[in-house]
Amino acid sequence: MKYMMIVKHKQDQGNPPKALMEAIGKLAEEAVKGGTMLGNGGLTATAQGARVRLSGGNVTVTDGPFTEAKEVIGGYAQFELKSKEEAVESAVRFMELHKLHWPGWEGETEVRRMYEPGEFPCE
Amino acid sequence: MTATDLHHDSRREESHRAIDAVWRIESPRLIAGLMRIVRDVGVAEDLAQDALVAAIEQWPADGIPDNPGAWLMATAKHRAIDYFRRRTRLERKHEELGRELEEKEMAVPDFESALDDHVGDDLLRLMFTACHPVLPTEGRVALTLRLLGGLTTEEIARAFLVPEATIAQRIVRAKRLLAEKHVPFEVPQRTELAGRLSSVLEVIYLVFNEGYAATAGDDWLRPTLCEDALRLGRVLAELAPQEAEVHGLVALMEIQASRSRARVGPSGEPVLLLDQNRAHWDQLLIHRGLAALERSEKVRGEKRASRTRARKAAAAKQTSKSADLARGSYVLQAEIAACHARARAPEETDWHRIVALYGELGRIAPSPIVELNRAVAVSMASGPAAGLALVDVLASNRSLANYHLLPSVRGDLLKKLSRVDEARLEFEHAASLTRNARERKLLLERARECERALGSQQHQVGEHKSGDHSIN
Repeated sequence: MKYMMIVKHKQDQGNPPKALMEAIGKLAEEAVKGGTMLGNGGLTATAQGARVRLSGGNVTVTDGPFTEAKEVIGGYAQFELKSKEEAVESAVRFMELHKLHWPGWEGETEVRRMYEPGEFPCE
Repeated sequence: MTATDLHHDSRREESHRAIDAVWRIESPRLIAGLMRIVRDVGVAEDLAQDALVAAIEQWPADGIPDNPGAWLMATAKHRAIDYFRRRTRLERKHEELGRELEEKEMAVPDFESALDDHVGDDLLRLMFTACHPVLPTEGRVALTLRLLGGLTTEEIARAFLVPEATIAQRIVRAKRLLAEKHVPFEVPQRTELAGRLSSVLEVIYLVFNEGYAATAGDDWLRPTLCEDALRLGRVLAELAPQEAEVHGLVALMEIQASRSRARVGPSGEPVLLLDQNRAHWDQLLIHRGLAALERSEKVRGEKRASRTRARKAAAAKQTSKSADLARGSYVLQAEIAACHARARAPEETDWHRIVALYGELGRIAPSPIVELNRAVAVSMASGPAAGLALVDVLASNRSLANYHLLPSVRGDLLKKLSRVDEARLEFEHAASLTRNARERKLLLERARECERALGSQQHQVGEHKSGDHSIN
């Protein structure tokens, strides 16, 4: 089963400490060696992004930064795993690294299973 | 039951599920590390299981440790020490009884270094052990999934649609054979490496194929087996990065898996390659597959360069052996799969290149199935008549007499040549040979299409639909 890990965090927490990035690099390396991580990536600041929204029949484009947002997406990783528990375990390990290397940082990793071939429901 | 009980129950359940997950992640490394010490697959697995039981007893109460893998490793290590002490005591007792015993060094090995280093090496050794040629293929498959895939016997049984007892027996037999034959826990020597590696690759690809084109049962795809095989392949690619064929196999599986979504129709029926909606191909997997193929090419390039250097360094009198740097069969199959992956539409497929690749594949690994595939490619590159000529040669030598794809391909080519009545017979014959229910249905449907076409044939030239067959 494929899982998407979406990391969200409070804005304006500054840049991550080097030690964290190294630890994350090591964790990612392990996941690659374990054959579980298919891809990942980090997102730049919302100032470099935009939101394209459809509401009330209108499509509107708003440039970043998203100052009003409490949390923003910081990165993602796509895994191929056996179970939700395995996915949660991976996410726990990822968050434990933040706890260890970046005191005070707050955020979450959302764990979402992706649809399997032929599973996507539509009308 | 009180609320507290309920809370405890749900907490216990939660930690059990977490333990399962940790087990799946950690057990291959754990067993591999233990193998280095005890050199017996059965014992290593028992010790690892003991550590798991300890976790099930302790974690729900104490909470999951910060580093669950290290906890399991440390616990297993203690069990291994106990195991050696017991064995030493037993051997002493036997000695006291006056039995003849070989003089044996029973010193407890250096656990710390054994368990902490070499994890990668140990995993690779474990892979070679589980796929050792002394074992029957089905034993290799079961043992590999169990030891390296972290699957339970029940999960393996479910995946292969056989009773759990059958798988359990295969595993027991395989372990016994490994012990009886004193199969060493090692990466094979250079001289036998290629042969032993191909045994490992074969097991992985067999698992993949069983998931990708189920030979039996009602479903056309069993994705969990594909995922298990991909995971094993990806692990192997990191363990043996210098082996081009490993990357070739990974590339082949990634690219084939990229089509999973597109190759099953709304009611579960197979959709053939050229009829697939390419927008449903998983671009991430294609990208990974093409990257793996590049890696294989790079490895081959490096080997070639180092051989050239070695030849230059060697004295001029030495006649250089023609370096065996031909592309291996997995690399070639991956190259073929890549041709399809790179084509944005079926019409853009480079069939001439595919014909050449099948030719190369047929030279290094001659097989009627490869020849059949080449015939399909030839029909696409040079027309159905050219393909049919090759298929007819194959049909006449009977080696594929029970292979349903031969009449299926032949039927397809006949249909394109508007010989629909002959085509119908071929599709019916193919349907009678396949063991997969979905595939049978599809083939019978094609036979009926021919029947309908026969009625209106007099006035119509057979529509040259862009060919819709390729085994890939």
